Amino acid sequence: MSSNQTNIDYSKKDLPGILTKLGFALFGVGLVIVISAFFIDHTRAAFNNLILLLFLTSIGLGSLFFVALEYLAGAVWSTPFRRVLEFFAATLVILPIVALPLLFNMHDLFHWTHNEVVQSDTLLKSKSGYLNVSFFIIRMIAFFVIWLTFYFVITRNSKKQDISGDQSLTSKNIKISAVFMPFFALTVTFSAIDWIMSLEPHWFSTILGVYYFSGTVLAALAAATLAIVLLVEKGYFVKGMVRDHYYSLGALLFAFVNFWAYIAFSQYLLIWYANLPEETFWFLHRWEGNWMFVSIGLIIVHFIVPYFGLLSQPSKMDPKRLKFMSVWILFAHFYDLYWLVMPTYGKGYAVFGWIELGFPILAVGLLILIFTFKSKNQNLIPIGDPKLKRGLNFRL
Amino acid sequence: MSDKILYGYTGIFDTPDEIILAANKVAEDGYKKFDVNTPYPVHGMDNAMKLPVSKLGYAALIFGLTGTISAVTLMYFLSVFDYPIVIGGKPFFAFPAFVPIIFEVTVLAASIATVVTMIALFFKFPNISHPLHDTEYMKKVSSDKYGILLQADDLKFTEESAKELLAKLGAKDITAIYYDQAEISTEHKIFEPKFISLLIIIAVVVSGSTYFALNKLMFMVPFNWMMEQSKIIPQDNNSFFSDGKAMRTPIEGTVARGNMPYQFKGDPESAGKYLKNTLLPTEKNLDLGKKKYDIYCSPCHGYYGEGDSRLRGQFPNPPSLHSEKVRTWTDGRLYHVITEGQNIMPSYASQMTRKERWATILYLRVLQRSLNAKESDLE
Repeated sequence: MSSNQTNIDYSKKDLPGILTKLGFALFGVGLVIVISAFFIDHTRAAFNNLILLLFLTSIGLGSLFFVALEYLAGAVWSTPFRRVLEFFAATLVILPIVALPLLFNMHDLFHWTHNEVVQSDTLLKSKSGYLNVSFFIIRMIAFFVIWLTFYFVITRNSKKQDISGDQSLTSKNIKISAVFMPFFALTVTFSAIDWIMSLEPHWFSTILGVYYFSGTVLAALAAATLAIVLLVEKGYFVKGMVRDHYYSLGALLFAFVNFWAYIAFSQYLLIWYANLPEETFWFLHRWEGNWMFVSIGLIIVHFIVPYFGLLSQPSKMDPKRLKFMSVWILFAHFYDLYWLVMPTYGKGYAVFGWIELGFPILAVGLLILIFTFKSKNQNLIPIGDPKLKRGLNFRL
Repeated sequence: MSDKILYGYTGIFDTPDEIILAANKVAEDGYKKFDVNTPYPVHGMDNAMKLPVSKLGYAALIFGLTGTISAVTLMYFLSVFDYPIVIGGKPFFAFPAFVPIIFEVTVLAASIATVVTMIALFFKFPNISHPLHDTEYMKKVSSDKYGILLQADDLKFTEESAKELLAKLGAKDITAIYYDQAEISTEHKIFEPKFISLLIIIAVVVSGSTYFALNKLMFMVPFNWMMEQSKIIPQDNNSFFSDGKAMRTPIEGTVARGNMPYQFKGDPESAGKYLKNTLLPTEKNLDLGKKKYDIYCSPCHGYYGEGDSRLRGQFPNPPSLHSEKVRTWTDGRLYHVITEGQNIMPSYASQMTRKERWATILYLRVLQRSLNAKESDLE
């Protein structure tokens, strides 16, 4: 445990080419499906596109949140794999492209974009100060500008440190992270309001921003856990990752699974208790027809399975279990977003077909490509970071 | 010294890194019963000491599940069987409303029971003394040093090897720790008079001060406005009115709502002419009529209206109700008889409500029809 005991045993190896090929293959298949979906049923495709945007935002923004959180909290245990989170945060760069098709399908997605409807609807009329197309686009651009600015500044400093090893870059990033946090809280809330809540413009839930935040963090953490475990197992990562690191990742996953359930249940409980017609219809939509099974499935998929899968202490440090649970949680997050978005499209009847399948394939392909692309000319660990050694020596 | 019983050997280290290494070495040497004392939890110590995963988690799980089950059962029993109250239009078994309570009880049961288990089972609770108490070693390791203790009851333990091992590891202040003679007495501490009297004093002081605080110091007159209202109670005296009564009699000629007084007093012919039966001969009305007839009419008129009294001559038998005269009377005329009485038949106005009188007439018509059926009834 002496501070000079561990020498960093890391030499950069290129990720296997098969990964890039796999990424391209998935991306290609996904893209073909997505494009043909837009030609065949552009309304349905637009809704799926919204899910895709939310999913990629979750991974990108959640990863950036963890990077900032590590700086801000002065955490050392996560320093060795901060780069993995930074790579995933690069997803933010492609978000504007993913969001572009939405702007051309606003009328299909958002009820409040129809002027004649708004004029005859008192509620929508009074909300139109916020819910109007131009302000919506301005907000969307503001989100992307804020996220990308912080992403570029934080990762640029982190990358510079690899070469210079300058410690002042860390303290610089701490300050930037402190500024980022309130922006993050506001943007994640307002993006949830814009992209999820405004699908049902009459409905409101003050907790929905936190709900989306919990899913965001969970998805980013699951993606990072999966990548870290795989990299360590295949020997691409720095030596010295021990079960204490795994345990911390598993415990965080477990904590946020519970946090999600807590928030999701709080939202349901309050609406169920108050029993106000302007709130309850949102849940009733999710209880009509076969949506009932989707809703029950959400509880099982998003809470019960990961809860019991990660409950015991050994399961939190078992790489095999972590890999499985990460994939499961990523799937659960997609399921959650489907549950949030799609009832507006298929009222009373949940649809799932090749269109719904194409978008996740595209998402996975994109994430693999982004990760491999970013890892080409960067180290997998922040070798210049002053906290790295302490991070590798981290023991519970 | 030889009459003392050896508890173990202790050694002191200066840094957390040293103590981790030492613990690791001792564990590798095969020692099972040894312990490390540090001023704060040292990260990685469990690993270095090669401790197995704590079993305390299972206690937490079991007690947590007990909490869950008892919360569900209690609330289910209370709000579904024992005292069901509709709250906010929700079902009796309002599961979402139960969830926060189930959660709280689960957490409470798990945490409290885990701490109690830890103290009772793992720390062997009533045993409040330990050979390490009041030693130089304990003073050091609870301020700024890191200590290791090799227990004498370990299978590998011999005084020489323990000393040697500690010295090899670079420990300072290697000392032997002996059981305190007073501590190894077999008597249970909890039965000592001193301890028991302390418990009694605590009980008296706590309950007395609680009683004083809650019932004397913080006493508030309970909410009793419902019992003591400034209003006039019926049947009470009241000096406000000249007759000294609280209750007022209604003004002459007052009629209770829906209860017009009988208009045809002493005028059976008008009653027969103007009164109409308010009921229809439905099954329900006929049932009511039969019930009332059997109660009030049948003792004299007989169950079938034939004048066959059950009173065995104690009261004169009335004539049959199947006579031409009675059959041709209108319902109103019959109603007048029931209401006012006739000859020696008293008034039944106080026994039967208006509706019951009309229903009874309907039933009487059925009885009459049974003995004087029409041709058309056969069809």
